[in-house]
Amino acid sequence: MNVITDKLRVEDNKWIGQRTIRPDGADKVTGRASYAADNTMPGMIWGKVLRSPHAHARIRSIDTSKAEALPGVKAVVTAKDIVDFPLETSVLLGIQDMRWMCRNVMAREKALFHGHPVAAVAAINEEVAVAACALIEVDYEVLPHVIEIEDAIRDDAPILHDFARFEGKPSNIAGTMTAKLGDVEAGFAEADVIVERTFRTRPIHQGYIEPQACTVSYSADGRATIWSSSQGQFMVRAMTSLLTGVPQSNIRAIPAEIGGGFGAKTIIYLEPVALLLSKKSGRPVKMVMTREEVMRATGPTSGSFSTVKIGAKRDGTLVAAKGDFYIQAGCLPGGPLRGPVGCAFAPYDIPHVLSVGYDVVSNRSKVAAYRAPGAPLGAYAAESVIDEIAEQLGMDPLELRLKNTARSGTKAAYGATFAKVTFEETIEAIRDHEHYKAPLDRNPRPGVRRGRGVASGFWYNAGGESSAQVNITEDGNVVVTTGHPDVGGSRASIANVTAELLGVDHGRVSVLIGDTASIGYSNLTGGSRVTFASAMVVTQSAEKVIGQLKERAAKIWKIDPEAVHWENGEARPAGPNAGQFPPLTLADLAARASETGGPIGAGVQLNTAGAEPGFATHVVDVEVDVDLGIVRVLRYTAAQDVGRALHPSYVEGQIQGGVVQGIGWALSEEYLYDRQGRLENAGFLDYRMPVCSDVPMIEAVMLEIPNPKHPQGVRGVGEAPIVPPLAAISNAVHDALGTRFYSLPMSPPKVLARLDEA
Amino acid sequence: MTDIRYLAPRTLDEAVAAFAAAQGAARILAGGTDLLVQMRAGVVRPGLIVDIKKIGEMTEIAETPEGGFRIGAAVPGATLAEHPRFGKAWPGVLEAINLIGSKQVQGRASPGGNLCNGSPAGDSVPAMIAAGAVVTIQGPQGRRTIPVEAVPAGPHRTSLAPGEILVSFTLPPRPAGASDAYLRMIPRTEMDIAVVGLGASLTLKDGVVTDARIGLGAVAPTVLLVEEAAKALIGSRLDDAALEAAAAACRAACRPIDDKRGTIAYRTRVAGVLLKRTVAIAAARAQGGN
Ligand SMILES: Cc1cc2nc3c(=O)[nH]c(=O)nc-3n(C[C@H](O)[C@H](O)[C@H](O)COP(=O)(O)OP(=O)(O)OC[C@H]3O[C@@H](n4cnc5c(N)ncnc54)[C@H](O)[C@@H]3O)c2cc1C
Repeated sequence: MNVITDKLRVEDNKWIGQRTIRPDGADKVTGRASYAADNTMPGMIWGKVLRSPHAHARIRSIDTSKAEALPGVKAVVTAKDIVDFPLETSVLLGIQDMRWMCRNVMAREKALFHGHPVAAVAAINEEVAVAACALIEVDYEVLPHVIEIEDAIRDDAPILHDFARFEGKPSNIAGTMTAKLGDVEAGFAEADVIVERTFRTRPIHQGYIEPQACTVSYSADGRATIWSSSQGQFMVRAMTSLLTGVPQSNIRAIPAEIGGGFGAKTIIYLEPVALLLSKKSGRPVKMVMTREEVMRATGPTSGSFSTVKIGAKRDGTLVAAKGDFYIQAGCLPGGPLRGPVGCAFAPYDIPHVLSVGYDVVSNRSKVAAYRAPGAPLGAYAAESVIDEIAEQLGMDPLELRLKNTARSGTKAAYGATFAKVTFEETIEAIRDHEHYKAPLDRNPRPGVRRGRGVASGFWYNAGGESSAQVNITEDGNVVVTTGHPDVGGSRASIANVTAELLGVDHGRVSVLIGDTASIGYSNLTGGSRVTFASAMVVTQSAEKVIGQLKERAAKIWKIDPEAVHWENGEARPAGPNAGQFPPLTLADLAARASETGGPIGAGVQLNTAGAEPGFATHVVDVEVDVDLGIVRVLRYTAAQDVGRALHPSYVEGQIQGGVVQGIGWALSEEYLYDRQGRLENAGFLDYRMPVCSDVPMIEAVMLEIPNPKHPQGVRGVGEAPIVPPLAAISNAVHDALGTRFYSLPMSPPKVLARLDEA
Repeated sequence: MTDIRYLAPRTLDEAVAAFAAAQGAARILAGGTDLLVQMRAGVVRPGLIVDIKKIGEMTEIAETPEGGFRIGAAVPGATLAEHPRFGKAWPGVLEAINLIGSKQVQGRASPGGNLCNGSPAGDSVPAMIAAGAVVTIQGPQGRRTIPVEAVPAGPHRTSLAPGEILVSFTLPPRPAGASDAYLRMIPRTEMDIAVVGLGASLTLKDGVVTDARIGLGAVAPTVLLVEEAAKALIGSRLDDAALEAAAAACRAACRPIDDKRGTIAYRTRVAGVLLKRTVAIAAARAQGGN
């Protein structure tokens, strides 16, 4: 469903807003698309990683001599071969600190989790590489380990890092972040109703289908080529450069098609290791993770332990909010504190806010970004408490939210003063939706209870660096190159924009993703930035191309370029005064490009700005089987301000995908560890992501309120939809059962145990 | 990197001879949906694979002269689903077998593999036990038949002697007023492993249960035949007291473990719930519903 609320002049759009065939579609459905593991090269050998069998151990020594002596083994690397970033000095690449990245790709002083890489081998085939890994002798001093947040922050917890200090003492709290507005205690003093609750969530894996994989070829002249799938080939190049010491100019990173990332592929694991193995062996090296390695050793997102306190006046005005968010970082610092700290209360106009995040390390794999990193954790707590306040005040939960929405000019605790806020519209869209008004049969059958819940969410969205090149081919067609891996359909959106701007048939536009040598620097595909940023640079490039086309026509007609119009893919004289000439098409001008000044094409490189934040409000109906404790989602409607849906199918896809991932988070997904700190469910059988039959068709209500700061009105859409589901589902379960859960997932044994208590 | 030999004999005698001669280094391959997964995970490393899918008797569905069915151990679930009469006589056995995996897995997965894999959570096993199936086994010492519940011996162990191959399942003829059902509890709606599975077979005459068998899976080291539950049902009109007694018998039979798939308390509770639900479905089918 599209709701277009503002003047977008959509009636003039021919391609923007159309559900065109995606440029990468045919190859993907016929199996031709080339993913990271599909690359092979002559002379290629295989790399495998030896991983720590201990959750926490000092590495006294590593003896690789037996492995190196095994016939077929071509190279072995350990942490010695990776560039060391000393603990004293932070070296940042984006938000990633190389001190932690160098220790994450290869354990240095200590193995910090079960599965932490300690060495890697390249050999003539995978079997020999695996056999060689088994011959590496690592002398470990096994140390006590700690997995859960509440254990890690106890005074007597085993400490992971000697350098980490909290309140002057050695600690597993590696850092904090605070957002503050007003005086929160004074705020609570004004409140008539105060609700304070503590919440727990478990780490969740992004669950992308494609395991991390790469091939790296290091040549005798010191140049390396990397084929891998990631959320940013420039990140791959820069991080590999930092961790191997090979200059960026000597690395070419070629992006493969990507089989999902959801944030997790904004960092790398294999590429530097494969590069070093290739350098040592003189052969191209391929590495492909198994699913088990992916689950054990690539970042899930954080689990959390949060306390949220909100105070309201009797009339429903929210006066104060306080949040303490303990966020799992995994084994090295860097949990996504910004998500809960900044986003939890951001949708509301609350005068007094204090939000503090704590970065807690423990013996788990280092976390990686996952859609709206950390924001769902904060929203789960805050939106659950808001639901309780509405209940205590006897108010409709949407009315309570409406009464308190941030508006333009509202200052958020994280620092921003909002320009244009479209939160209200999302709440109204749900309030007025048939779903919210539909009567709910609360006891359809014996043993079954149903409930309905709502929740909202916020994500910052982002702009940042992007590059594009738009070239007109000699036969008058269009090739667009951008620097972003296409995870969610960005090529399809760019094709629509380009066809629209140049006034040509969509079928004449090809959209490609350049490698690091063929297109200018482009930041990660992440943070809901790519369609926003790349549509902006493509628009400016296309405008330059149109300028050139007008100049060429002017030259041919011997008139002033100002007197030429570009319309429907043709140059025309601007008016009768400009002269009488038959129009020149793109093909005509391309054919005469050489004689009129040379190739036609233009590129733009920009640090884009103006990405306004995203808001979402969701409503969900659940059904609980009270004898088995199973919660099923019956109906789900998600409303979001999407700016302009350049390609509605992929906007819906983002919303539906975010919701499904939220459903898994709320009901079934969790990392389970045994007493030795080993992950017990490193596979899709026992790590329970929802399957198709677990989820209903999710209705995406796309509110097209154009972002005034973007040429097409685009607003990022990928993150906001995963923010509300945790609380929305929890609120719905409460509505069904009359009892509230303060921890996720609401798995059947947990639900049944609670019902038994009642 | 051990070499694996592969044999696909045409007769059972050849298969038994090769299997027995390999002395434990060999594995039988039916659909391979357990075996290949286990090989890939490095759990088993056979030196010889004996594929039984080329042997006629093992891939046939036959109707016995008495009016029962004999199902070859290697018949895939999808083939059984296509049989015109089997599912009418044994809807519970069929639904249990058809719950295994997905469409793709159904094209291969067999009841013989499900039983011989020895998983306490195998879906077809409780239904086969409830059905009173008898299995035919052939080995170096010849043929023997035993009740299906005598095959599982513990997690991933069976009572089959070295060199023995499971040949077929024989299900008895169905009297009027008889039917069966299978239900499992899984956290997801599909592609999951039973946390509890329960098969019930009932015969009713004028609303009174004249015969009953209950098979209970995933709550003990082996799938169980719960005779106490059947006793509680026989002679009853499936009134609440009888159902509660049967549910209590199922709960009492549970000897589960706490693991990543379910807690002891949860599994035990659910065994009783599934008894009531499965019996209700079987009774409705026996009385002419479906
Ligand atoms: C994606 C997926 C989903 C699955 N879902 C389920 C599920 O929902 N429920 C469930 O119960 N199982 C499930 N399984 C497991 C598996 O599919 C079943 O156990 C299936 O019935 C095994 O049958 P098979 O013919 O493939 O056995 P195979 O893998 O060929 O054999 C299994 C074992 O039994 C032995 N064996 C096989 N036949 C004989 C014989 N005739 N005599 C002696 N030994 C023999 C083999 O040597 C092997 O050890 C799933 C598997 C996969 C891959």
